[in-house]
Amino acid sequence: MSRRAVITGVGAVVPGGVGREAFWELLAEGRTATRRITLFDPALFRSQVAAEVDFDPIAAGLEPRQVRRMDRAAQFAVVSAREAVLDSGLEFADLEPERVAVSIGSAVGCTMGLEEEYVILSDRGRKWLVDHEYGVPHLYGYMVPSTLAAEVAWEVGAEGPVALVSTGCTSGLDSIAHAVQLIEEGSADVALAGATDAPLSPITSACFDAIKATTPHNSDPEHASRPFDRDRDGFVLAEGSAVLVLEEREAAERRGARIYAEVAGYAGRSNAYHMTGLKPDGREMAEAIGVSLDQARLNPTDVGYVNAHGSGTKQNDRHETAAFKRSLGAHAYDIPVSSIKSMVGHSLGAIGSIEVAACALALDRQVVPPTANLHNADPQCDLDYVPRTAREHAMDVVLSVGSGFGGFQTAMLLARPGSAAAAAGRSGT
Amino acid sequence: MTVSTPAGAPVITGIGVAAPTGLGTEAHWSATLAGKPAIGRLTRFDPSGYPVQLAGEVPGFDAATAVRPNRLVSQTDHWTHLAFAAAEEALADAGVDPAGLPEYEMAVVTSSSSGGTEFGQKEMTALYQHDPSWVGAYQSIAWFYAATTGQLSIRHGMRGPCGVLACEQAGGLDAIAQARRLTDRGARLVLTGGTDASLCPYGLTAQLSTGKLSTATDPERAYLPFDAEARGHVPGEGGAILVLESAGAAEARGALPGYGRVLGHAAGFDPPAGSGRPRVLRRVAEQALRSARLAPGDIDVVFADAAGLPADDRDEAEAITAVFGPSAVPVTAPKTLTGRLYGGGAPLDVATALLALRDGVVPPTVGTRRPAPGLQIDLVTGAPRELPLRHALVLARGHGGFTSALVLGR
Repeated sequence: MSRRAVITGVGAVVPGGVGREAFWELLAEGRTATRRITLFDPALFRSQVAAEVDFDPIAAGLEPRQVRRMDRAAQFAVVSAREAVLDSGLEFADLEPERVAVSIGSAVGCTMGLEEEYVILSDRGRKWLVDHEYGVPHLYGYMVPSTLAAEVAWEVGAEGPVALVSTGCTSGLDSIAHAVQLIEEGSADVALAGATDAPLSPITSACFDAIKATTPHNSDPEHASRPFDRDRDGFVLAEGSAVLVLEEREAAERRGARIYAEVAGYAGRSNAYHMTGLKPDGREMAEAIGVSLDQARLNPTDVGYVNAHGSGTKQNDRHETAAFKRSLGAHAYDIPVSSIKSMVGHSLGAIGSIEVAACALALDRQVVPPTANLHNADPQCDLDYVPRTAREHAMDVVLSVGSGFGGFQTAMLLARPGSAAAAAGRSGT
Repeated sequence: MTVSTPAGAPVITGIGVAAPTGLGTEAHWSATLAGKPAIGRLTRFDPSGYPVQLAGEVPGFDAATAVRPNRLVSQTDHWTHLAFAAAEEALADAGVDPAGLPEYEMAVVTSSSSGGTEFGQKEMTALYQHDPSWVGAYQSIAWFYAATTGQLSIRHGMRGPCGVLACEQAGGLDAIAQARRLTDRGARLVLTGGTDASLCPYGLTAQLSTGKLSTATDPERAYLPFDAEARGHVPGEGGAILVLESAGAAEARGALPGYGRVLGHAAGFDPPAGSGRPRVLRRVAEQALRSARLAPGDIDVVFADAAGLPADDRDEAEAITAVFGPSAVPVTAPKTLTGRLYGGGAPLDVATALLALRDGVVPPTVGTRRPAPGLQIDLVTGAPRELPLRHALVLARGHGGFTSALVLGR
């Protein structure tokens, strides 16, 4: 029997509330956590809306010295990891450290810390030759995103492979896939896998303004993220983190762990087309979905729910609707498809892991989260997007997909433990 | 690990180098064998006001001629420019035309330590000197760590499972290991390796915060790993891009034996200082050998991480001694010529190691005269050492505890 990875712990720091249960309540109630930006004054920006986390690091359990050292993205990751570890019931102190891996995704790393320090050292951009004397001791830790994985590794005492995966907006799916690979190949038995991003700062907002990727829907922030709606006009930038505990399946079963889901398949493809543009046919995303189904030895008709990338840009939502039809055929019309970005926004690299966490909870609770703010579907987006209200739904297999700058397209399949789909086996290595 | 057996191990069939020692593989290799230092006073900006003024810069690099199509010069950072040049060379060296291969069976996996720092500094300057509307459209695609992989994927039509590993200075080996996983899973060709180029004022300032940079002013005495006078490292830019092919694909197109095979890899992470637990380099090196199904005696040369800090050098020397025995294997660190290249450093070491295997010669560690007292390693210094070489072990460590080891075979 080949080695497989299962999800046994879920931790989340997501707009709308810190912690897994607050996250799930938001999704189940179909509430939105988007609002006018408060982390900086957005008055001069085209897009003034974001999904922010009301996060008090001390209340979340971090020590003052950690808060001083860690960028906000690192704080999110460590708090998420702690919750995932507790949730798993696994005694990390009893594990061999070299058998514990960490794989954290992030699109933009410690960008807030990097920008805040730049403002100081450059005297608000006046000095190209920045003052080196006043740099904080951990400034280098902000420049390298690897810090985010290192912080999680220190938190759990991991001495196995530790990786920071940075494939833009698919980072959070790819980081989990990387951890699954490590478990499958035998390089680790347990992995902390997830992603974090805290990009709500002027430089990130400005760069998305420049390409008009984010919504200018500033008059009504709560309803600004409108995936699949004909009136959608860009994504809502967000922050957040989710970290999972992954374990080798047999070991998890032996210890009687509560298993949310098994990672049944994953595949990445690139469109090699344009750094930000998408071809309308959805070909490469469809290919990634098809390969992940083959790997899991599943058929399109086995998929019970699709957690869409659903960013709410004009091109994305059509692109992926086409990809679902191309890969799942007529079955695409028969199953619920939803985008939680309608509620928690688009937290760049983090969102892929947040969405996998949502899928694990959806499988566990047999409830599909809705697409909030969807009132008038785009005629070219003609699937069942679960408008506004969560839905009880029997499902054994869920598909989560991501798409990002650089052309990355990733698909991941989760199967409910004990289901026929989980037993379907796995092709290849 | 259920990864490729040595007989089916993937093959490196092409090398491209953009490093301080030279733009182009043969320029780099001849400078490395000649022991020609490539560290000098920083020219990308005026370093007068900084305590570190030395760096390894890529000589004679002209983005306008190296980057195709030309519009990408302004859309990407210097770090990606260097990767474009190295990738073109690597593919030409491999004699492969990606347009003739199945698009989903090719991928790009690179390492990046710090992304497009110089580009980002320029855009933040525009933002803070003016207002948000001054930030250009390309900040969104030039600065982030995935920029190089994304651009190379587009440039060469590689639509397979692309990736980016940002594991600081160990990431280059991890990227090559990930490329190997992809060939094990059916990929035919992976463009891998990495570059970095954070030699702008903010990038240097961030590097200064580690306290690991050498403040020496003599370029030939600034970066002296394993030496009693070791006092830190010199930063550099550049790296290497490699063409890795599955054994089957390389054989089918008559590209064997190539430069060598990637036989094994392992990665680990140091426990935090003060934990009382040992650092992981020794164990990671042993795991890499096991994954390659080799014994220590099969390794003919070790390319050291060579931090250039006494405690780190001692840790590495002790790990090598523990695995191989006292002074039992030649150890070298030709990176003293270039400075440390961060995400590009380990890929350049792999390129150099492959050239060493090809020519049966170990390039010297220039600058370091002899290992500090108590370090029981056979460090190759002074002149190249000619030896029949079958296997090389490449070690890399990154800030915070990232540790990786890769085994190469002829």
